Amino acid sequence: MAGVKDYSIFDIIGPNMIGPSSSHTAGACKLGRVAYKLAKGSIKSVVFQLHGSFAKTYRGHGTDKALLGGILGFEADDERIINSFDIAQEQGLKFKFVEVDLGEVHPNTVRIQVIGEAGNLEVLGSSIGGGSIKVTEINGVSLEFTGELPTLIISHNDAPGVIARVSAVLSQRDINIAFMRVYRYNKGKDAYMVIETDNLIPPEIIGHIKEIDNISNAYLVDTI
Amino acid sequence: MNFLNGYELLALCRENNMSIADIMLKKEITASGLTEEAIVDKMKVSLEIMQKSVDRGLNEDIKSVSGLIGGDAKRIMDRNATHKSVCGPLMSQAISRSIAVLEVNAAMGKIVAAPTAGSSGIIPGVLITVGEAFNLSDNDLIRAIFTASGVGMIISKNATVAGAEGGCQAETGSAAAMAAAAVVELMGGSPEASLHAAALCIKNILGLVCDPIAGLVESPCNSRNAIGAANALISAEMALAGVKSLIPFDEVVEAMYRVGKSLPLELRETALGGLAATPTGIRLRKEIMGE
Repeated sequence: MAGVKDYSIFDIIGPNMIGPSSSHTAGACKLGRVAYKLAKGSIKSVVFQLHGSFAKTYRGHGTDKALLGGILGFEADDERIINSFDIAQEQGLKFKFVEVDLGEVHPNTVRIQVIGEAGNLEVLGSSIGGGSIKVTEINGVSLEFTGELPTLIISHNDAPGVIARVSAVLSQRDINIAFMRVYRYNKGKDAYMVIETDNLIPPEIIGHIKEIDNISNAYLVDTI
Repeated sequence: MNFLNGYELLALCRENNMSIADIMLKKEITASGLTEEAIVDKMKVSLEIMQKSVDRGLNEDIKSVSGLIGGDAKRIMDRNATHKSVCGPLMSQAISRSIAVLEVNAAMGKIVAAPTAGSSGIIPGVLITVGEAFNLSDNDLIRAIFTASGVGMIISKNATVAGAEGGCQAETGSAAAMAAAAVVELMGGSPEASLHAAALCIKNILGLVCDPIAGLVESPCNSRNAIGAANALISAEMALAGVKSLIPFDEVVEAMYRVGKSLPLELRETALGGLAATPTGIRLRKEIMGE
């Protein structure tokens, strides 16, 4: 049984979207939009590595147009998606779609490689049905978030007190943490936090978080 | 104000002397923290998208991304305008409007997934047509969509609305059941009658497979949205007359889920079976995919 989840009326009647497929089009657009949000600033070129069903059916489902639309910052119900190739070309944004085998991942998975003003970025994510997505890797680091809530992604050194200081910054602004996960790759060294909140996160918070000792970078992905 | 299945929903309606739409609205207010006005306004946006997608599909020259479908909604509308319709004008309008939305969806236009993109034509096709024929207001239609969402929620909680999981019976079957329940409530039927309509609807297409040509949400999805609309209207007509489903709605949903689970992978949106695997289906796929 599908069971546990409680639904809103708008989960059943919705999403409002550009067709033809919630998983191949709307979800694809959202994955592109995650990369757009993480790229911070203008994107010069993008390569989409398409896996599984994405690789097989992307033309017929407009997955390519939707992914690129996301990279242009469009939301999943933006009617400009159908013209995203032309719009990208007008903006001088280079794009390419490659069919690949990413191994044991969800059938609707894409790796998005972005070259932008702020450097290179790589996002791996899947469209998991009904327009919902799951991001599983950023710049080679495994993590997990859905973009349904405002999300902070913080890379830091594994040191005592870092988590407490970050949550203090949020609590001072009355921001409630809904979900929080911490990933450590080397004891005392590389670690990541993914924090999903119930409240909107003002962008200036990123600056405050970056001032905290042992934090090397912070990204904000507000709701996708 | 929550419910897991049809039995609990009907109990809530009875205890509170409320319609399904009332219960859904009340539940949404509690869960979201939004006001009634905000929720109604938000659904108004969805209704407007539904109306626009119907208009586009009937009035513009629509061609799907692959080129497989487009223009059928208009064909049906034009014939209805110039000939005496075999099914009667209301049914003809409902099916042309349902196909219209599906065509707009296949052409990368804007639609409301209701409950999915592949079944997005049924609820707008049915409700807008009934709304027009009975001179109903947008507010009536918004309330009808709340009713529809109650049925969709029960199916989502206890089974599935995804073709990949349960076949077309789960996808267009759910949309049709939702529309049928909504029409019954719009016409003054009881919550019990709404769920009988929903049950009849699913029973009518139990076992329907998902076999899209080339794996695209185009054909036979277009005509299955039409039969979904017809099924909703037929089931509502029966339930309003007092026809009951011998098997209760909850048990029908459970049966639909079990049937869906027992469908082979080939018949669950993989385009490996059914119409997709016919010689013509395979030829079309090769042409579209450039194989």
